[in-house]
Amino acid sequence: MSAVIESHNHDDHHHGPAKGLTRWLYTTNHKDIGTLYLWFSFAMFLIGGAMAMVIRAELFQPGMQIVEPEFYNQMLTLHGLIMVFGAVMPAFVGLANWLVPMMVGAPDMALPRMNNLSFWILPFAFFVLLSSLFMEGGAPNFGWTFYAPLSTTYAPPSVTFFIFSVHIMGASSIMGSINVIVTIMNMRAPGMTLMKMPLFVWSWLITAYLLIAVMPVLAGAVTMMLMDIHFGTSFFNAAGGGDPVLFQHIFWFFGHPEVYIMILPAFGIASHIIETFSRKQLFGYASMVWAMASIAILSFVVWAHHMFTVGLPLAAELFFMWATMLIAVPTGVKVFNWVTTMFKGSITYETPMLFAIAFVVLFTIGGFSGLMLAITPADFQYHDTYFVVAHFHYVLVPGSIFSIMAAVYYWIPKWTGNMYDERLGKLHFWLSFIGVNVTFFPQHWIGLAGMPRRIPDYALQFADWNMISSVGAFLFGASQILFLFIVVKTVMGGKKATPEVWEGSRGLEWTVESPAPYHTFTTPPKVN
Amino acid sequence: MFKKATRSANHKLLAGLTILFSSNTFAAWNDLNMTEGVTAISKEVFDLHMLIFWICVAIGLVVFGIMFYSMFAFTKKKNPNPATFHENTKVELAWTVVPFLILVFMAIPASNTLTKIYDDTEGDINIQVVGYQWKWQYKYLEDGIDFFSNLTTDWDEIYNKTPKGEFYLEEVDEAVVIPVGKKIRFLITANDVIHSWWMPDFAIKQDAIPGFINTAWTIVDEPGIYRGKCTELCGKNHGFMPVVVKVVTQDEYDAWVQDKKDAAFRMAELTEKDWSTAELTERGEGVYLKNCVACHQVNGQGIAGIFPNLAGSDIVLNNKAKNIEILMEGVQGAAMQSFANQLSEVDMASVITYTRQAWGNAENGDGEIVVPKDIVEYKKPKV
Amino acid sequence: MSYQKYYVPEQSKFPIYAATALFLLVMGAAGTINDLGKPDSISVYILYSGFAVFAATLYFWFRTVIREHIAGLDSVQLQKSFVFGMGWFIFSEVMFFAAFFGALFYVRNFSVPWLGGDGEKGLANMLWEGFEASWPVMSTPDAGSAYVLADKNMSWPGWGNALKWLPLWNTIVLLSSSVTVHFAHLALKNDNKKSFNTWLGVTVTLALIFVGLQAAEYYEAYAHYGLTLNSGIYGSTFFMLTGFHGFHVMMGGFMLAVMLARSVLYNHFDPHSHFGFEAASWYWHFVDVVWVMLFLFVYIL
Ligand code: HEA
Ligand code: HEA
Ligand code: HEC
Ligand code: CUA
Ligand SMILES: [Cu+2]
Repeated sequence: MSAVIESHNHDDHHHGPAKGLTRWLYTTNHKDIGTLYLWFSFAMFLIGGAMAMVIRAELFQPGMQIVEPEFYNQMLTLHGLIMVFGAVMPAFVGLANWLVPMMVGAPDMALPRMNNLSFWILPFAFFVLLSSLFMEGGAPNFGWTFYAPLSTTYAPPSVTFFIFSVHIMGASSIMGSINVIVTIMNMRAPGMTLMKMPLFVWSWLITAYLLIAVMPVLAGAVTMMLMDIHFGTSFFNAAGGGDPVLFQHIFWFFGHPEVYIMILPAFGIASHIIETFSRKQLFGYASMVWAMASIAILSFVVWAHHMFTVGLPLAAELFFMWATMLIAVPTGVKVFNWVTTMFKGSITYETPMLFAIAFVVLFTIGGFSGLMLAITPADFQYHDTYFVVAHFHYVLVPGSIFSIMAAVYYWIPKWTGNMYDERLGKLHFWLSFIGVNVTFFPQHWIGLAGMPRRIPDYALQFADWNMISSVGAFLFGASQILFLFIVVKTVMGGKKATPEVWEGSRGLEWTVESPAPYHTFTTPPKVN
Repeated sequence: MFKKATRSANHKLLAGLTILFSSNTFAAWNDLNMTEGVTAISKEVFDLHMLIFWICVAIGLVVFGIMFYSMFAFTKKKNPNPATFHENTKVELAWTVVPFLILVFMAIPASNTLTKIYDDTEGDINIQVVGYQWKWQYKYLEDGIDFFSNLTTDWDEIYNKTPKGEFYLEEVDEAVVIPVGKKIRFLITANDVIHSWWMPDFAIKQDAIPGFINTAWTIVDEPGIYRGKCTELCGKNHGFMPVVVKVVTQDEYDAWVQDKKDAAFRMAELTEKDWSTAELTERGEGVYLKNCVACHQVNGQGIAGIFPNLAGSDIVLNNKAKNIEILMEGVQGAAMQSFANQLSEVDMASVITYTRQAWGNAENGDGEIVVPKDIVEYKKPKV
Repeated sequence: MSYQKYYVPEQSKFPIYAATALFLLVMGAAGTINDLGKPDSISVYILYSGFAVFAATLYFWFRTVIREHIAGLDSVQLQKSFVFGMGWFIFSEVMFFAAFFGALFYVRNFSVPWLGGDGEKGLANMLWEGFEASWPVMSTPDAGSAYVLADKNMSWPGWGNALKWLPLWNTIVLLSSSVTVHFAHLALKNDNKKSFNTWLGVTVTLALIFVGLQAAEYYEAYAHYGLTLNSGIYGSTFFMLTGFHGFHVMMGGFMLAVMLARSVLYNHFDPHSHFGFEAASWYWHFVDVVWVMLFLFVYIL
């Protein structure tokens, strides 16, 4: 049932993929597992997106039209959870699976069987989460941040299922990250020193470290919830000496690094694409690495910027404000490096480049609003309004999601051997670009004007821009069907891709043929 | 100085854009920015917001300017041979240090304002604000005034059966009343889950944490009615939990305080009165619609799995003592809170009577009613 | 160094079985907890089946890995992957405990004093008249109306009673077990199998003694001290920290016992390559360090 990969050159294909369903169920191949992750993530993106459509449809006009408030809250919670844990994170893990071994010149991930386990936990975990929709009392309805005591004493019974599903999601993430770290630390081809590693690999090394550090903390948080709900403890209950705010500290100790987990790999991707299509070596490689490392380290000491209004002592508020603002420095370094890479380059605008440029611009806008949020006195006005919603959708949708789409367009010729349809790709880009801005830009305004988040109905002065935002959301949502179509079309066929695919591409993955053989680098390549 | 300058520049820009937008149906441009509010602090916060905003805009212009320039000037067509430089320590150092200095420049006013907000001394008037699912309670600690503030927007408006009024979702039955020019200190807490008391015009947003007390203060100089909302997800009706503050002159305030005290006295008289079932049921319906429908629904049937059905509940049908106890004590660890402090004896008796009479409960159960004296009796210390 | 090929197992059924087992475990556990007190609930059987499938999968999975090792399929590089993997896994466990230690730190330094009227948020005491902050918290802010108050706690009882104080014995037992497992390791490196087995046996015995003592302590707490999960924040943190630690002792002890069985029954492990044992012993040292922290922060300070 197992075999050794031969290191001879004569026949790389004799261990090609197995046939049928068991290929996917039993696979230990990093490319198969990457594919599974990517499709899973896409499915979750559609489900979470459909929930966002319910939200936007209800908010199309003031008044309650299509759902009841309690169902709205369930949609909101599941939308947040599914997008974060089901769409963005697995997509990045999928990309890591496909790319990290190829980029460092390894034959596969370090621990292939565990790799398969990390993936297959996810469908089960999300099945458990989604099945709560059909339970008595409904699905979790306390927001993706599940603050106690709304998520403990006052939660529907399905919260127990939610807790356990978070546990196994966490286990999956930890195993996945251990795999990535070990692959990077232990399986680099000879000559591939740390400071020669492609930036995507670097970004994932740091991300994996963050994941291993914070997922267990999340597990601890939900475990305490479980105990409070069912076994009489009082961690989050003042009557017994605990504190609901303790929950928030623990949650955000996880939660803030979590948001960087969703952006660091995007930084890596953007660096590759901008470099390629500018036909010019990336500016400031070393500072890119240091910037990501600093962001990761700082991310552990800024969590309470989500809690400026919970009544922290003044010293704490000041500390967290300053620490948060500091993150703008390394992030700025990255933005400046990207711009300087383009400066005096020789640029063309294929779809991946379009997405990457939109990523840089719109992410920076999201970063600016993040910086505004970090200003504590002003956050008293912004907090829990649509201004926050606008901020995080700017960093997440044209941030993380755009980077993932850019990555798909960029590497899909390598995965399938076929070029995607450039015309459709550009169409997809422009529809998404317009859609995303029409959806989320006005949310800055309604937020400033005073519309709280997490409400199913709002006062009349917010009506106009909510309607526009909803229209934008439908446009953006519908354009993703086009994306699905483009991907399927490319998988089915298309113009054959060359090994290097792009004119300016650099890196080991472009040295193997397209599609990449089932097993690459069974003998490590030489890097110099 | 810089602050003033940006503010007036800002006003000019706003004015220009307002003209641009005023011809159509969209909300005025001013409605799209943070409110300046009516207190010294809120204006300071607004200035801070604008300062940071313009700094970000300026940085954005520079960064995106260079980027767009590169995008047009250095296409493959125009520049077929890319340059080969890929690092420059001096430049990299500069764009690390300069943003850092900009940040320091922002952090100073921000820290100053924050320190001002954190003045924790007592107020001239101290009001305890308590969040409940889904209403606010206000207790005036000096005057002993104590009342609840509920949303008054009709559910028919919310469900689009009747047209929406001007203050749709922003109106309450009883606003907090405060006098101008006095330092008011709010002691904010909650009874069940976390809520958050937000009054944009005073730049106050403080979470109401059950079991703990957060404070906030304000001095308002302009009389008026100010509207805000609960801003922490607190369950089903989180969106229907407005905050309304009425700022009045000192004289009006004094009159209002006297009025509240008299009302409490009149209530005591009502308690003594002999009530008929019909009277109680009628009054009780009003109380029920205000306090109970959020969970148990108009038809009493609640929501399966979360809020129990009162139409046909054994306690409501046949167990008068337990029924009173639940209303007075609440149910530990459930959304059912104690109403002992929220309802007067009269309202308590009438709402229980109403639930025991309505929806066919009178026919299916023992039909016993509860009169205000029962509640007075219940409240007496038990020996 | 000549190049050794990296072993990539071709296909494997274990992961999907393990994932299915986790699914059953999760559904079963959540269902069981939600249905506590409902006699006709079937969830507990789902839970058991999850356990069974999981245990069986792990057994066969590890057996395969061991056989691959014996067959010499794994390269030095792969073994290094295991080493790294175990190291990072232990790091994740450290962070798991960090969440609970953080909670303990927070309640002791912030929430309890605040509720008792001290510190920046001491105003909270308005809501809990009569509550005085102290650690261990023997009376909850609500004076026990929702909680069952304990009459005694587990803290340092003073020098006079030190010898009757179980945690001290627990500490001695666990610390010595760390030493004995190290002796076992040395013996193995010196190719002294007999001594290895003996020292490992002693370690496993010490683990059992520890678990026994802890069970006695819990019994004491519930039966005589009135100290339960239900007695407010002190009970909550006490049982959460010692409970999860105890659980990890059991896991670590079980791992060591498996290593002992492998050594005694199959004569596994040679002086140069014995990562299975090493991983278990690292884990054991980790559990030991956590105990030292516990001893300090939960019992002494
Ligand atoms: C990918 C995810 C992601 C990323 C990258 C960020 C990045 C940042 N975020 Fe964001 N954030 C979220 C996801 C993310 N955030 C989410 C999901 C929430 C809401 C959670 C919830 O409540 O549900 C949130 C909420 C949130 C809050 C809480 C708001 C509130 O609830 O009141 C704050 C407050 O400080 C904040 C700040 C920041 C800052 C300072 C950054 C910085 O990293 C940004 C740095 C970048 C730049 C500043 C731009 C580029 C820099 C330059 C061009 C250099 C020069 C610039 C200057 C000197 C100004 N974020
Ligand atoms: C990576 C994370 C991520 C992503 C990608 C998104 C994507 C989107 N989000 Fe999400 N969002 C969050 C993370 C994310 N969100 C989080 C964390 C919260 C906070 C939750 C909380 O408060 O607890 C939130 C909250 C949130 C709110 C606030 C709700 C409230 O506070 O009341 C809104 C409202 O507009 C919203 C809208 C959208 C929209 C329109 C999209 C769109 O980009 C989605 C587009 C995708 C699709 C539409 C799917 C593809 C198409 C189909 C399935 C076909 C069907 C299409 C049609 C019918 C048109 N989101
Ligand atoms: C915030 C939500 C909420 C509000 C408002 C509320 N209730 Fe309840 N009520 C509950 C919940 C939840 C329970 C179930 C408690 C339990 O047993 O777990 C309950 C239980 C009850 C019961 C016991 C029913 C039974 O069969 O167990 C009665 C009677 C009752 N409520 C009456 C009222 C009345 C009268 C009002 C208004 C004055 C009211 N409730 C307001 C949530 C609410
Ligand atoms: Cu109360 Cu939201
Ligand atoms: Cu954050």
